[in-house]
Amino acid sequence: MTAVGTVTLLYFAWVREKVGVGTEQVELDRPMTVGALIEGLAGLSGGHGAALADRGRLRAAVNQDFVGWDAVVQPGDEVAIFPPVTGG
Amino acid sequence: MFRVNIQAEPFDLALEHWALSSLGPDVGAVASFVGQVRDEVLELEHYPAMALRQMEAVLADAGARWPLKGATLIHRYGRLDVGAPIVLVLTASSHRQAAFEAAEFLMDWLKTRAPFWKKASDGWVEAKASDDAAAARWGN
Repeated sequence: MTAVGTVTLLYFAWVREKVGVGTEQVELDRPMTVGALIEGLAGLSGGHGAALADRGRLRAAVNQDFVGWDAVVQPGDEVAIFPPVTGG
Repeated sequence: MFRVNIQAEPFDLALEHWALSSLGPDVGAVASFVGQVRDEVLELEHYPAMALRQMEAVLADAGARWPLKGATLIHRYGRLDVGAPIVLVLTASSHRQAAFEAAEFLMDWLKTRAPFWKKASDGWVEAKASDDAAAARWGN
């Protein structure tokens, strides 16, 4: 169970490699935009900073749907940050 | 029959084709596309829950846009050698035009919206603007 106030973060591809983990949880005391969340995360470590510095190279999903940077993240949400996809 | 699968193991094109071609007497066309690894060994990473959810959604979208009797989407992950099949798109319809168009739509969509990432020996493969352009022609 996800505790109230917790957001689950998922990282993929080189974002995961630079951050150093594939998933982590952060406490959220209020709803905020994905853009604001990423700004906060970038300060957690050097790896986070390197991975999240250039937003133009990143895409985001909230609860498994693609979103823009102004989408609002609520406690309990699953937020994924990754490079543009290259499947197919 | 609309089916999505994400798997490490190879798929059986003949078996998957038969599953659609035998759906009923009104199936007159089955289009198939297989994408395979080109030039060098790849490692495919994916976001399992989102990939499944998004692939099911696009299959439903294709079913709403074209008169399909069935469709199958299979995407592989893990380490894949040169020449190994990565992705399978199959569409079944009464007539060829719907089957061809829907298969192309599904493939264009997979390239730009399915959360998979390819890693080659010299690093992560970059997304292509030409793939975005191909997907954009179908509208939202």
